Amino acid sequence: MLRLPRLRYLRPATAGEAAASLSKLGSRAMFVAGGTDLFPNLKRRQFEPDTLVQVPPLKGVRRVDGHFEIGATVTLAEAAADPGLRAALPGFAEAAGLVSSPPLRNAGTVGGNLCVDTRCNYYNMTYEWRKSIGFCLKKDGDICLVAPSSPRCWAVSSSDTAPAAMVLGASVVLVGPDGERELPVAELYRDDGIEYLAKQPHEVVTAIRLPAPEGLLTAYVKLRRRGSIDFPLAGAAVALTLDGPIVTGCRIALAAVASHPLEVPEAGAFLAGKRLTDETISAAAELAAKPARPLDNADLTHFWRKKMVRVIVERAIRQAATPSTT
Amino acid sequence: MTQVRLQVNGAVREAEAWPGESLLYFLRERLGLFGSKNACEQGECGSCSVFFDGELVCSCLVLAAAAEGAQIVTVEGLEDDPVAARVREAMVAAGGVQCGFCTPGFVVAMTGLLRGNRHPSDLETREALSGNLCRCTGYVRIFEAVRRAGDALE
Ligand SMILES: Cc1cc2nc3c(=O)[nH]c(=O)nc-3n(C[C@H](O)[C@H](O)[C@H](O)COP(=O)(O)OP(=O)(O)OC[C@H]3O[C@@H](n4cnc5c(N)ncnc54)[C@H](O)[C@@H]3O)c2cc1C
Ligand code: SF4
Ligand code: FES
Ligand code: FES
Repeated sequence: MLRLPRLRYLRPATAGEAAASLSKLGSRAMFVAGGTDLFPNLKRRQFEPDTLVQVPPLKGVRRVDGHFEIGATVTLAEAAADPGLRAALPGFAEAAGLVSSPPLRNAGTVGGNLCVDTRCNYYNMTYEWRKSIGFCLKKDGDICLVAPSSPRCWAVSSSDTAPAAMVLGASVVLVGPDGERELPVAELYRDDGIEYLAKQPHEVVTAIRLPAPEGLLTAYVKLRRRGSIDFPLAGAAVALTLDGPIVTGCRIALAAVASHPLEVPEAGAFLAGKRLTDETISAAAELAAKPARPLDNADLTHFWRKKMVRVIVERAIRQAATPSTT
Repeated sequence: MTQVRLQVNGAVREAEAWPGESLLYFLRERLGLFGSKNACEQGECGSCSVFFDGELVCSCLVLAAAAEGAQIVTVEGLEDDPVAARVREAMVAAGGVQCGFCTPGFVVAMTGLLRGNRHPSDLETREALSGNLCRCTGYVRIFEAVRRAGDALE
């Protein structure tokens, strides 16, 4: 039986109070929003805090001059179903709707999805399993079981919405004990499987701001074993602007091919100024797949996952360019 | 221990829970409602499905303490629900029940689906029930039960 450890559970009224609690308690405490990532991890003893601090309700999807502001505790189901978001930024809405399963999207939040823990086949296992094979760097051990000669952890960034937000040039609003700041989503992550977030541990994500300029075309395509539930084996987010047949701007970012959501600027830059044809799309996808380095620590073989990155990037570009036909 | 007070199946219920206790454990062990099943405890299988303020959730991933003041409906609370009644009949008639362990969770999820949409497409059904695993039936008869229950609700 998998039980949560004994925990103190605090429900502060505001984000500021939540940040103050965490700042006082330090590494003994963690935030919880929907709990759909954290609770399974706690049951497997992947973290051992003694206190959980509930992120207070931060609701609402608002459109304010040219961008959407989504409260951090808006559920993935709410974001995926929001008519304004679906019409203006289908890539982000789709990414939210492709996370996990319907009951988990009813509980899981947009803020929690951006902060979701990195994953690895040697880590997302019960305490007994990890103990029997030998603990790894990310928790309780001192070597990486995937790359034993490596001094770092290569656990995989597995958020579907993070790359979809990144290609929009989105930012998060962070509240700490001393006030508020805005941080681009692109700067929220670090290239490290353990310390994967660049924000302070006591900073609460209170909202995400998604620019939604007129005429922006977006898409997100996800690769996974089953058609639902599974974390991404790879994901491709695209944001595109066209002037007639000519690409005027393009950003592409990938999920689940590194310890952070990976933007591939070369691929976007290559397409700028060109016509979208089978050849240019395929060449851009080739460029996008180059820096993707899936390792042998997720489902299916990493050779196949690497090959599939090109395929899903192609699909995402086509889907963004021709939303009506997909 | 902390005292948790919430509404379950229309009645106010109150019991002690240890901090960190899941809503699933609370429903089963404190309130004696054994309809919600305890299987994976990690959000993978849906056997613990309940409605939390009207939304389908996995009760194994909700803290009992976080349900303070909430309205919970378990499979037991669907006894007199007209949609759930058709779902139960259709599950039996279509052969959607074998060992039965997944069944309460499916009945809750199917009721949620058919409340909003009497005639879901195959794809909508698959997506709506994708959080529920069944190791016995192969799903075909469960999908058939959704169609039969939808027709019976006309
Ligand atoms: C079976 C299963 C399948 C899943 N499939 C997917 C998938 O396909 N794709 C995917 O991306 N995820 C998946 N998940 C993970 C999870 O359900 C989602 O990522 C979800 O969006 C997490 O949100 P949450 O509110 O539940 O986060 P929580 O579990 O509450 O928190 C996750 C992390 O974020 C931190 N956190 C949460 N909110 C804030 C905040 N506002 N400010 C600061 N820190 C915060 C917490 O401290 C914790 O470290 C899956 C989970 C399960 C159990
Ligand atoms: S990548 Fe290495 S250190 Fe990181 S979780 Fe996996 S085995 Fe552990
Ligand atoms: S027991 Fe809750 S999802 Fe499996
Ligand atoms: S009937 Fe046995 S698991 Fe579904």
